[in-house]
Amino acid sequence: MNDTITAISTAQGVGAIAIIRVSGDSAIDIVNKIFKGKDLTKQKTHTICYGHIVDKNKVIDEVLVSVMRAPKTFTKEDVVEINTHGGIATTNKVLELLLLNGARLADAGEFSKRAFLNGRIDLIEADGIMNLIEAKTQVARELSINQLSGKVSNLIINLRDKLVQIIANIEVNIDYPEYEDIEQLTNSKIKNNIETYKKQLIQIIKEAEDGKIITEGIKVAIIGRPNVGKSSLLNNLLDEDKAIVTDIEGTTRDIIEGNLSISGVPLTIIDTAGIRKTDNVVEKIGVDKSKKQIEKSDLVIYMLNNNEKIAKEDIELYNLIKNKKHIVVINKIDLEKKLILPKEIKNPITLSILNNMGVDKLKEKIINMFNLEKLSTSDLTYLSSARSIALLKKSLNYIENAIENINNNSPIDIVEIELKNSWEALGEIIGQTYSEELIDELFSRFCLGK
Amino acid sequence: MNKYEVIVVGGGHAGVESALATARLGHKTLLITGRIENIATMPCNPSIGGSSKGIIVREIDALGGEMGINADKTLIQMKMLNSSKGPAVRSLRAQADKITYPKEMQKTLKNQENLDIKEAMVEDLIIENKKVKGIITDKLEKIESKIVILTTGTYLKSDILIGSSRTRSGPHDEKPSLHLSDKLKEYGFKILRLKTGTPPRIAKDSIDFSKAKVEEGDKKSYTFSHDIKAIYDINNQVPCHLIYTTLKTHEIILNNLNKSAMYGGIEDIIGIGPRYCPSIEDKLVKFKDKDRHQLFLEPESLYYDDIYIQGFSTSMPKDIQEQMVKSLPGLENAKILRYAYAIEYDAIYPTQINASLETKIIENLFTAGQINGTSGYEEAAAQGLIAGINASLKLRNKEPLILKRNEAYIGVLIDDLVTKGTKEPYRMLTSRAEYRLLLRHDNADLRLREYGYKVGLISEEKYQKLIQKKEDIKKLINEIKTKKISITKDNKKTSLSIYEYLKTPSTSLLEILKEDKNYSQEVIEQVEIQVKYEGYIKKVEREAEKMLKNESKQIPKDIDYNKVTNIATEARQKLIEVKPKTIGQALRISGVNPSDISILMVYLRKYYNE
Repeated sequence: MNDTITAISTAQGVGAIAIIRVSGDSAIDIVNKIFKGKDLTKQKTHTICYGHIVDKNKVIDEVLVSVMRAPKTFTKEDVVEINTHGGIATTNKVLELLLLNGARLADAGEFSKRAFLNGRIDLIEADGIMNLIEAKTQVARELSINQLSGKVSNLIINLRDKLVQIIANIEVNIDYPEYEDIEQLTNSKIKNNIETYKKQLIQIIKEAEDGKIITEGIKVAIIGRPNVGKSSLLNNLLDEDKAIVTDIEGTTRDIIEGNLSISGVPLTIIDTAGIRKTDNVVEKIGVDKSKKQIEKSDLVIYMLNNNEKIAKEDIELYNLIKNKKHIVVINKIDLEKKLILPKEIKNPITLSILNNMGVDKLKEKIINMFNLEKLSTSDLTYLSSARSIALLKKSLNYIENAIENINNNSPIDIVEIELKNSWEALGEIIGQTYSEELIDELFSRFCLGK
Repeated sequence: MNKYEVIVVGGGHAGVESALATARLGHKTLLITGRIENIATMPCNPSIGGSSKGIIVREIDALGGEMGINADKTLIQMKMLNSSKGPAVRSLRAQADKITYPKEMQKTLKNQENLDIKEAMVEDLIIENKKVKGIITDKLEKIESKIVILTTGTYLKSDILIGSSRTRSGPHDEKPSLHLSDKLKEYGFKILRLKTGTPPRIAKDSIDFSKAKVEEGDKKSYTFSHDIKAIYDINNQVPCHLIYTTLKTHEIILNNLNKSAMYGGIEDIIGIGPRYCPSIEDKLVKFKDKDRHQLFLEPESLYYDDIYIQGFSTSMPKDIQEQMVKSLPGLENAKILRYAYAIEYDAIYPTQINASLETKIIENLFTAGQINGTSGYEEAAAQGLIAGINASLKLRNKEPLILKRNEAYIGVLIDDLVTKGTKEPYRMLTSRAEYRLLLRHDNADLRLREYGYKVGLISEEKYQKLIQKKEDIKKLINEIKTKKISITKDNKKTSLSIYEYLKTPSTSLLEILKEDKNYSQEVIEQVEIQVKYEGYIKKVEREAEKMLKNESKQIPKDIDYNKVTNIATEARQKLIEVKPKTIGQALRISGVNPSDISILMVYLRKYYNE
């Protein structure tokens, strides 16, 4: 049971930094695999190293890493703590990398449990830990079922089913080698199947990642007719002059992006070109791009000008976005009110960006809309999906190994080891484990006998 | 009254291994059996070994058991199964001669010092204070002993089922034991009723083999034994034949389904049959869309004419069996010498025994073979050997020999039985062994011979041979790490070590060392496998290490699971039933979840300070 466990030890997304703790025999090795800086395996105990967490050479975050060797640690095992720059996306990515490199997501209370089992915490605390384990395993059990959307878990079940057919067939070929009725699978026969399988797995990983605002962040598009103040809002949110703000219509002809974080969740804000009917070719490209951005975004901020009458384009624009998640804002309330809001456009937030009025109200609305507060305190939901994605990627790794083995002409039972590992990793996601399942499969699918 | 150290009840494949082991280890042993001439007979298929089972036979031989060498002496055909696949799944299967196999075994038993053989039915045990003290026969004769090993096979209250008839009888019309299983129940054992079946036997000269496909033995010679050379003539092996059922066969079976003992012919069937060897009627019902099923015609002996139809076991009445057999290609005029039957018998729930095969309920009482819920000659022999070894170790006040899941198929077999139990007759499958890459045919001696030597069943001479082999392997590995070989790659000549070269696909060390006379073929083969699959072997070894860590965490004998609050009810019941010795074993019990283990570990630390 002394495998290496990891978890984010600080509350999510609130603080300026977050700490990810890793404990177990391979803690130092695992972190070392994703750390660019000094060789952690050669560091003395209780030292801190500066460096970067990298994913195949891509820098994820600038971090400080504490190396603490057994036994003088909280769990009495080797412990590594990674200090990251807060924010759910980054922290989550680091966690995912740890899981991918051999650590297991800690159960609730597991660090304390190890501390206790290894004799670090005294007996009086034991009951408390018992209760904690008991209470949280229940939550964890429910979570493991709900962690992925029904669609994704159905895809996993189907995919696993395809794989187990191949595995069971190979097993039967091994245990009953002379049954000519049962197809003798060979590397070349399964190759196409495995390749298709790999493609489907990649697709699932994509869907699982898409389904998660937390890894990718929330994409917000700001739209409105030219010169309503879109770029000003972006600059205000970003606190920098990224978009050129002028009074001339159509200044923003391309898409301008900026990133910020609300409650630890990254928001990518896109300032679109003002949408209006235009014959200007350059601007037309901008408008088309804006329409595409609307399609891609998770949230649309629809902006009107208090100082102008509603135009036909405003209504057309609204019809484009009314079925999407959106917030209506009316800018320039410091100027004379000329705008009469049509009935179908409801619950506007009024602001004056110039006077920095109402922007906080907008942020609050975004937080409420995406339940961001809840997200930042109940970390389990997203932790378990990080786990799922790590397992999906692990499963994909095994499949890639299997394909390599096939290409190298390895014996089929060696190829099968990778297939089985892949199948088991998928099973872990939906809470199915090995043992009897495969043997049941064998007998239900194939006709064997003496 | 005679007094023995060990009494073995039953002369099947388990019983003979038990008796030989204890007698060879110097304990005065009595083997009691219903009919001496039937000792070590093969009442079902005429083969020894098979996928994974062949590896079990190798393991038996490595530990100092008899099955391998006895099969080598009497086989009439030999095949290496899965030879086109990887080294981990290769396994030997011999067609053994049903006359000479038991004869040879009986000869070995008769020549064995310290071993008496007696013909009698055992109907009760002498038990004092939960300790066995001997046995009582049907003639009420009492024989005392320190240890009793029960290897009763299918003879506990066995019923032969053919069509609608149920007859209380053992195989070969032998007497069954009528009361022993009831007595075991009285002593506190939970009894399980199991069922198995066997196909009809046909007169060889009544079969037209021209309609069948010939299945020959391998053209390379093999032995199960690590110590003797093959004595059979590879060019003179007896072939098997392959045929298929016809639509006519299916029609006959489906039209008469209600007459089959298993499908309503007999109403009170409670025995659970194995899924892996269903009767032909089972196969037709379960796999409706298959229009033919494969059957093998296997010779039973050189000394009589019976042909065994593998794949055709049935519990149909005799007249239907006649029709069924005659509908098979080449068997239109077949003469049935013995009809197929199903047999129902009592066994004990194997979770009631320890991994040493001593029962948890009665001290000094060991059980092995079908009484523990298994099926198969090899599975039985393996348990018989382990029960014999552990009986001897117990008599010598030594710790029992318990093979681990990463050491032997025998370890997997016994651990599965005592940890998971079984609901159907248990057959070994390669898929049951999670570390099968370590449990190979080729390394059985490297894995287990040392244990055999320590126990005392492997002679000094054989042990020295093993030491030499181990040294040679080490030496050769070192040699090929430094020795270079030049190859042409991408039209360029390069040189690399043989060790590295061996890791590239389709290379053979045997080929490279053709001229080398310093190493035996066995050693070269071993090195090739170890080097070629090094990456995978290491990976599996790491997984095994994880398992072993949990195996070293002991659970105290006196633990009261009712006091461990918060574990799930099902887990609690299972833990009470199985009484796992270690955390590792507890983890393998189905119905016990990791969270239950967490709670258990916290409890253990709290109350046992460990």
